[in-house]
Amino acid sequence: MNEKSKSKGISRRKFIQGVGTGVIGSTVLLDTLQAAPEKKGENGEHAGKQLLFLKVNGKTVRSMIEPRTTLVEILRNHLHLTGTKVVCNHGECGACTVLLDGEAVYSCHILALDAAGKEVITVEGLLSGEKLHPLQQAFVEHDGLQCGFCTSGQIMSARALLLKNRHPAEQEVVEGMSGNICRCGAYPKIIESVLAAGGQR
Amino acid sequence: MPRKIVKSKYFFEEDFIETIGEVSTEKVKDWGPNSQLKVVGKSLSRIDGYDKVSGTAKFSFDISLPNMVYAKTLRCPLPHAKIKKIDISEAKKVPGVLAVLTYENAPKIPWYYGMSFLFDPHLRYEGDEVACIAAETEQIAVDALKLIHVEYEELPFVVDAGAAMKPGAAKVHDAGNVVRGEPQIYKRGDIEKGFKQADVVVEDTFSTQVEIHNPTEPHCSVVNWDGSRLTIWDSTQGVFSVRDAIAGYLKMPASKVRVIKKYMGGAFGSKLEAGKYTVMAALLARETGRPVRIALDRRAMNLAVGNRPGSVQKLKVGAKKDGTLTAMNHYSYGAAGAYPSGAGCSRPFRTLYKCFNVRSEEYTVFINTGRGRPFRAPGHVQGTFAFESIIDETAEKIGMDPLAFRIKNYAEVDPASNRPYTGKLLRQAYKRGAAAIGWQDRKPAGSGSGPVKTGLGVATQIWWGGGGPPAYATLKLNRDGSAHVIAGSQDLGTGTYTFIAQVAAEVLEIPMEKIQVTLGDTAVAPYCGSSGGSTTAPSVSPAVRDAAEQMKTKLISAAAAVLEIPGNQLVYKNGIISVKNKPDKKLTIANIVRRMRERVLLTTGARNANPSGYAINTFGAQFARVEVDTYTGRISVKKIVAAHDIGRVLNRKTLENQVHGGILQGLGFALIEERVMDEFTGKMLNANLYDYKMPAIYNVPEIEVIIVSEGDAKISNTGVKGIGEPAMIPTPAAIANAVYNAIGVRLKSLPITPDKVLMALQG
Ligand code: FES
Ligand code: FES
Repeated sequence: MNEKSKSKGISRRKFIQGVGTGVIGSTVLLDTLQAAPEKKGENGEHAGKQLLFLKVNGKTVRSMIEPRTTLVEILRNHLHLTGTKVVCNHGECGACTVLLDGEAVYSCHILALDAAGKEVITVEGLLSGEKLHPLQQAFVEHDGLQCGFCTSGQIMSARALLLKNRHPAEQEVVEGMSGNICRCGAYPKIIESVLAAGGQR
Repeated sequence: MPRKIVKSKYFFEEDFIETIGEVSTEKVKDWGPNSQLKVVGKSLSRIDGYDKVSGTAKFSFDISLPNMVYAKTLRCPLPHAKIKKIDISEAKKVPGVLAVLTYENAPKIPWYYGMSFLFDPHLRYEGDEVACIAAETEQIAVDALKLIHVEYEELPFVVDAGAAMKPGAAKVHDAGNVVRGEPQIYKRGDIEKGFKQADVVVEDTFSTQVEIHNPTEPHCSVVNWDGSRLTIWDSTQGVFSVRDAIAGYLKMPASKVRVIKKYMGGAFGSKLEAGKYTVMAALLARETGRPVRIALDRRAMNLAVGNRPGSVQKLKVGAKKDGTLTAMNHYSYGAAGAYPSGAGCSRPFRTLYKCFNVRSEEYTVFINTGRGRPFRAPGHVQGTFAFESIIDETAEKIGMDPLAFRIKNYAEVDPASNRPYTGKLLRQAYKRGAAAIGWQDRKPAGSGSGPVKTGLGVATQIWWGGGGPPAYATLKLNRDGSAHVIAGSQDLGTGTYTFIAQVAAEVLEIPMEKIQVTLGDTAVAPYCGSSGGSTTAPSVSPAVRDAAEQMKTKLISAAAAVLEIPGNQLVYKNGIISVKNKPDKKLTIANIVRRMRERVLLTTGARNANPSGYAINTFGAQFARVEVDTYTGRISVKKIVAAHDIGRVLNRKTLENQVHGGILQGLGFALIEERVMDEFTGKMLNANLYDYKMPAIYNVPEIEVIIVSEGDAKISNTGVKGIGEPAMIPTPAAIANAVYNAIGVRLKSLPITPDKVLMALQG
């Protein structure tokens, strides 16, 4: 696996362990959360919901969430941005990759509260209206996908790579994309797509 | 079924209207090579590409309905157990929990050919289903699962096929561990006599591991009842097969079950059958009166929804000095898992080469693990690895080039049935593949100097993949010349949407942009089979062409009727019909459809029957160049050349992509992937994507794709055969043979990991 989200913030397991003893996730969180009433929610949701502010695809999102909620759960279940996929839910495959303040992270492996106050870009956020981003267009033209289930993650990893390195060479693409599994094995054409988007072909 | 369209009149409201009636058609001509076609065979971008790159594609996993609830399954932590006591009272009290199913309260729905039930207190593998909870959120369901208290009686277990065959082994089922109680035996000729004629006899044992499908999209369903009607969004390779199975399980009319699958995130054979989870969700939805979503987590994906069974294969091959194969014997066993499935792998052995004396004996045994399911070329991948390895060994023993040895034993007719092939261009595949890899420069085994050694290997592929009826496609042509094709097939990422549009565009000569395709909906589409066996393109493309040709005939007949000029004096070009030699006398589709007082013209095409008396197969040869580091044992695949005879190519771009995918899965099987079981606890040790390694982007070799065929006109009006499975079949064997050529030591057990290489090098 690459550096991505694994090193960022506090791990989910640690966090969940921490909830019971009153440990709180991160400093950003301290500014933004409000303590929730102590009693259990109507539907049995975890007590102690906290308020989350987040910027997603340019829009400010405000939501009361359980502290254990992951970023991908916010994106998919609360915001219905289902372009971001969940394959392993354990930071092992890259399907859930989004940009967090311009860095690629595994959104299944980061708590939503850890992303508080930051800017998230998902695959939907690359569109202008209905128009594809040139990177997305390159994936269509070079057929950088088969089933398409890993594709959002591939595109967001590629986006992060291209933000740092506008014209990556093939070996840099391979390194930059090595945290994303494609079970269909569309890799050769994924490489071609990213190289094309980087203007090398 | 010739049909024709004639002018007719009938009284409508207050006046006679002139209309057109269908009475017949003619048979269509072969297309010839792709160079003569405008759309088919071209490298066009997928028509569903936009949806998939924009994030707007709705996979079954993404379906969300108002008021939907979430289901989660409790799975058995033990390899073999009986439930002594199960207490759901605490779980039920959790706020937000809506319903809990266990064997005590769920209907007794027979499963696994009547050997078990949807919920069964007798649990036969780690991951077997114990209970299922519906709750307001997925998290509540997960929390509540932990509050179901189960007391298990632990039973003796066995998780290895070899151990399960031994006398005194723990019994998975009372009747014994051998499925059907006996081996599958095949024979032709007389192997005793054949081995006597041999100058050399080679015997060896090979083994292959259990491989897990691990498609990216989890197995999942979203189900919704409207009274007695059930709608299921399912991640499936066969919407009709799921519909019929669910209707059967729930004892309801098939017409009341609608199964929808627009996009699916991979399957590779693991989603050919209806899942228990779908039935559980349907039961929970009925009980709660709310839509239910159920999705397996990655651990369950590794334990409970299929695998490629492992194999142990003992092979014996006899040949004469001139290379003629005289006799071959194959003995193998493999595990079905806890319930019946096939672990046989002798088919390539029986059908690949000319040999008159052949015998095989295959045992499939029960063990206490999840049941196997078809996995991309089931049996053929593991069988081809062993067989093509021993073929190489035999060639070496008689001092023949491995490629020359294969060509010496080339089967001109199907060796099992003696029937001619509809087409077989394997020779061309050998020739062009060998040229592309530089076979002439191949060195003797292990002859390289230095620590990193290079080797070349070859392996051959045979598979079916000819497709067949029934498969239908409905074509709707609108007044403006735009069209909609509807078929009950599915696109697994294989490009079905796109080739359907291409075939329709080719025949009707309308732009691709004007064509819409709907797949995977039992309520609106005519029947097509499940997408498996590399049959989708060969079955569905002829039905689409038939529908489009009928439409063209209909338009010409209609134009003839409108213009009062015989049809044979009309020319159809780019959606415009004109009179021969009078190009200004013409009608557009719009003109014709308007004159017919229609808005939508409809045809339904069908896949023809296959020709009788022939064997229909796909063929191919793959060549591998590898580097083996003899210090570390690491193998690096440098290049694969894939040369295949698969009939007509419908779309070069998506075809290449699929070949890449097959090769990469083959590479994973050869070098990386393996389910690891702990024989002492009976548990899978790597049921996640970190420990169950799959090929990553840095494993990608250079790949060259060569298609030697132009179309097999004997089988259908498109002459297409499948590529999905053929692309994977020879890869592991080609890599293994190349590894042998590099280091001069043969690796007989997959995956060929660095530790095995180092051990082998130390002898
Ligand atoms: S789903 Fe997040 S890394 Fe796999
Ligand atoms: S396209 Fe299917 S997993 Fe990548």
